[in-house]
Amino acid sequence: MRAPVSWIREYADLPAEATSEEIARRLTALGLKLEALEVGGADITGPLVVGRVLTKEPELQKNGKTINWCTVDVGPDLNAANGTGEADQGVGIVCGAHNFEVGDLVVVVLPGGVLPGGFAISARKTYGHISAGMICSARELGLGEDHDGIIVLPADAGEPGDDAFDVLGLREDVIEMEINPDRAYALSLRGVAREAATAFGVGFTDPVDRPVPPADDAGHPVVVDDPEGCPVFVARLVEGFDPTAPTPDWMARRIVQAGMRPISLAVDVTNYVMLETGRPIHGYDADKVRGALRIRRAEEGERLTTLDGTERVLSAEDLLVTDDSGPIGLGGVMGGETTEMSSTTTRVLVEAAHWDPVSMFRTGRRHRITSEAGKRNERGADPATCEAAADRVVELLTAHGGGTAAPGTTVVGAPPARRVVRMAADLPARVTGMAIDEATTVAHLEAVGCLVERDGADLVATVPLWRPDLTDPFDLVEEVARLVGYDRVPAVLPRPVGGRGLTRPQQLRRRVGRLLAGAGLVEVVSMPFVGDGDLDALEIAPDDPRRRWVPLANPLSTEQPGYTATLLPGILRAAARNVGRGADGVAIFETATVAFAPEDGLEAPIYGVDDRPTPAELATLEAALPRQPQHLAVVLAGPREQPGWYGPGRDADWADAIDVVRRLADDLHVELEVAAAQVAPWHPGRCAELRVGDTVLGHAGELHPRVCAALDLPRRTAVVEVDLDALLAAAPEVVVGPSLSSYPVAKEDVALVVPAEVPAAAVERALRDGAGDLLESVRLFDVYAGEQVAEGHRSLAFALRLRAPDRTLTDEEAAAARDAAVARAAELYGAHQRS
Amino acid sequence: MSGPNTEYDPVEVTPLKAEQVAAMRDEALAAIAAAADLEQLKQVRLDHAGDRSPLALANREIGALPPQARKEAGQRVGQARGAVAKALAERTEVLEAEHEARMLVEETVDVTLPTARSRRGARHPLTTGAEKIADVFVAMGWEVAEGPVVEAEWLNFDALNLGPDHPARTMQDTFWTEPADNHVVLRTHTSPVQARTMLTREPPFYVVCPGRVFRTDEYDATHSPMFHQVEGLAIDEGITMAHLKGTLDHFAARMFGEGITTRFRPSYFPFTEPSAEVDLVCFVCRGAGGDEDGTTCRTCRGEGWIEWGGCGVVNPRVLRACGVDADRFTGFAFGMGIDRTLMFRHGIEDLRYMFEGDQRFATTFGSDL
Ligand SMILES: [Zn+2]
Repeated sequence: MRAPVSWIREYADLPAEATSEEIARRLTALGLKLEALEVGGADITGPLVVGRVLTKEPELQKNGKTINWCTVDVGPDLNAANGTGEADQGVGIVCGAHNFEVGDLVVVVLPGGVLPGGFAISARKTYGHISAGMICSARELGLGEDHDGIIVLPADAGEPGDDAFDVLGLREDVIEMEINPDRAYALSLRGVAREAATAFGVGFTDPVDRPVPPADDAGHPVVVDDPEGCPVFVARLVEGFDPTAPTPDWMARRIVQAGMRPISLAVDVTNYVMLETGRPIHGYDADKVRGALRIRRAEEGERLTTLDGTERVLSAEDLLVTDDSGPIGLGGVMGGETTEMSSTTTRVLVEAAHWDPVSMFRTGRRHRITSEAGKRNERGADPATCEAAADRVVELLTAHGGGTAAPGTTVVGAPPARRVVRMAADLPARVTGMAIDEATTVAHLEAVGCLVERDGADLVATVPLWRPDLTDPFDLVEEVARLVGYDRVPAVLPRPVGGRGLTRPQQLRRRVGRLLAGAGLVEVVSMPFVGDGDLDALEIAPDDPRRRWVPLANPLSTEQPGYTATLLPGILRAAARNVGRGADGVAIFETATVAFAPEDGLEAPIYGVDDRPTPAELATLEAALPRQPQHLAVVLAGPREQPGWYGPGRDADWADAIDVVRRLADDLHVELEVAAAQVAPWHPGRCAELRVGDTVLGHAGELHPRVCAALDLPRRTAVVEVDLDALLAAAPEVVVGPSLSSYPVAKEDVALVVPAEVPAAAVERALRDGAGDLLESVRLFDVYAGEQVAEGHRSLAFALRLRAPDRTLTDEEAAAARDAAVARAAELYGAHQRS
Repeated sequence: MSGPNTEYDPVEVTPLKAEQVAAMRDEALAAIAAAADLEQLKQVRLDHAGDRSPLALANREIGALPPQARKEAGQRVGQARGAVAKALAERTEVLEAEHEARMLVEETVDVTLPTARSRRGARHPLTTGAEKIADVFVAMGWEVAEGPVVEAEWLNFDALNLGPDHPARTMQDTFWTEPADNHVVLRTHTSPVQARTMLTREPPFYVVCPGRVFRTDEYDATHSPMFHQVEGLAIDEGITMAHLKGTLDHFAARMFGEGITTRFRPSYFPFTEPSAEVDLVCFVCRGAGGDEDGTTCRTCRGEGWIEWGGCGVVNPRVLRACGVDADRFTGFAFGMGIDRTLMFRHGIEDLRYMFEGDQRFATTFGSDL
């Protein structure tokens, strides 16, 4: 909402010394938040003065255009400075407009002046004359559209040489405010001025407080079939209107200042009155209206061409204004084309109607119409203003466009009764924590327009019709609190009883993040939107659960129409972006929620809001939601260790990917099992399934070379995706401490030849099994395949560390444990010691 | 030496004379002094203090002397050998010190060489920022609540007093899941977590809910279809706006420094009544709007205040929908953007940096904020 300060002052007796800044500050404190304070005329530099046309010589130019060579009296001083040097001779100015005569007062900008848009004025030679300035039009001064040329001032506007800023009201400040949806009343000067008057504690003159002619049957006939949708409909008629009459400059200026566009007098008057009162008005060309106006709901599929030229297919919920020809307007939202006012309209039928806000909101949304009128109607205008607003329109149309008010005032319906809200008298104090006594509460409620009565411990407030938002006791508390001043709310720290602290999963997620960062990985956050194209690039199978992303009804992009079930597309995009930006290695991780669409889409019911849903109802709600685990994804590409003065460095590969998870599992005391797997998008020979017991956490390994190529990633890019929730759930809460033997360690190395297809992890498990309790650790330190072992076999060399808790092991004991370990491996996998 | 020398040769007895012992000693001492390094000294030790050295041989001959001569000769040879041993020890020490000094010089490296063999990791500021916020509240005895991102429409809207025709429902352009009549959305705020808390726990409770939220905003330097919020909810007996103010002032001071407070401006949110916008004293210019030179503060654009979030007293309609006894309990709620808070706290100029995954972004911040 943009409110010119002079317009506010018209209704609020603000002190003359109150600056626009101060007014804006106080309005902000009341909840009408300052967006911008526009200082009028700031984009114009003088000299901009009143001039009187002394001579006007039309001259036909070679291009066929006629210009006027004028002399203009701009006052003795400026005449002397800009003209021939004589104070009593005007300055010479070339003017292309023709809508003026000798003797008229005009607006002149002289050399040195600057007009909006940085248009600098200088004396210049044009059409064979030296033109020492310019006679201004409204558009050139940013005052709106031109009617038919330059501005011709009223004869009493001033004397030549007078500063035109004041004459034109150019130095007008405009306060632009953000109006919250509950404060529809502030979408009018009436509402803003009321708040300003309250803020300064000064008098307020209500612009709708005016005598109106009584309703009668002589006006245009109106039938309202749907009084719920249209509780009040007022119609007035103006006849003999001059459609060529210009909008007065002051009105056009205010309309521009309020952020709208002057169009024609008839339209401008309806907009002006809407800005003034908050009541949207519609004007019909009465000659085009066929018979009585009838207000009804549309029939499904009925059609109407609105005045923006769009043919609209209507819904049964839309409210219509019709006449004998059918629909002529989308009531309260937009008029129809057939009855639109035009440059030939001489009979104006004025409609001031109150419409059901919910219908307005739905119709506006359904037909994607946003308008100044619709905005006010859907938020709720004051239903009691229809007659006054219509009367004001009639007054302005007749005053500036000739014509007369036709007899007859049609009023159908009446404003509803004012709502009564009961509130405990001490509620404002109890809710705000401020010391607000009852007298203050009553005074502030009255200031916003309530009638207040005491009833026992309660106050009973009859709220004004312009405040449809005041329905609950807490709404009244807010009114009282904002008038007392939010800046007076004291600061008191509440003292909750001790909380449980972070939950275990919350703590573990922090731990995981720190471990990964400690391992040299950089965390990323990706957009979770996905589409089948992303999964096709990863060669993920059609029946893979990762295809069960949650589809969106209104995605931003058709390529990514869903919420993802895998982190891989997002994190791989990030990896490719890093590579594309010249990173010489990528090491990133992401933890985020993924979602798997339920196989059979369930409906999440909409329950009432008067009481909590039952546990069974809540369970139904939960069941309709997708499963949403937290996943962890990792991408490693390029140097894991960078080459340097110490050596050649090392590129990341499948082992680094698996090791990331192994280290996490170790730290969390989770026993992780690693097994070969073939899953897209991984390399079929370099992919591990990661398991805890029977639960598959996910996979790790190198990407398939085709996928690397498709995504512009380096070969051997290594990738992990695991279900982080499942990993964390496997972490024991309490770890049993070790007992540390101080007896010497016995080291035994064994090299075992096994068939190549036996996994190293299996042989290691066999050694552990066989070695028994004396085994402290076992570590694979070499893998050999070649001439010295049989075809199809390989040699795995393990270092065993053996130790007893209570004694030094003898050589024989250590050898026995080693032999038992080897025997177990031999038994399970045919392993034999390499000689 | 055990036992007398049986290969005694009387002709060789002469070196036991005083001047001969002295000569042997002096020769040994000279050789020791001349040894240039530990290697040479080793040879000198063999030659002059070893088993076959002249003094060792002389020592062996003492046993063959007549008893009356033994004492004197023993003393003489003993003193000479002592002098040689002492000289050897001293020379060894000197040469070892020299050797060590040389070795240390030779082993000297350029300690300014780069030491990192792998890159440093980092956590994302959205993660560490949310943790920092959570820690402020956990320290006050609050808890951190979480909930699903794909959420039931009823919990995201209706339970929070945003009815089907509430203007706010289109203001927050919502992502709806398909099919739309399943009434499942991507949550537009973390408020449904508050609703879930009220629905599943008995008051009093004090919870903060950080998390990702979604609106159908186009992606640019200041807008994103995904962003992050932290909301707080306190439900207890006797909770007032003053507790809200106290809590947010405390939060502001912990996040932005002592003396940084908040101010309230009347506003509108369906789930709170009264409602307020929260502004933060600009932590850069501390409310002045600029510096002494008249340079306008860039963080607050000269306002002295930074818009931070929204808050208010929980609307009793919300309490009723979520089964909280609105006659006994009152509550307050607040919410702010984590992304935006980080942007002005750290001078991050483009929101998209948060979601591009460029390693350089998070690496700037390290493992904590
Ligand atoms: Zn500042």
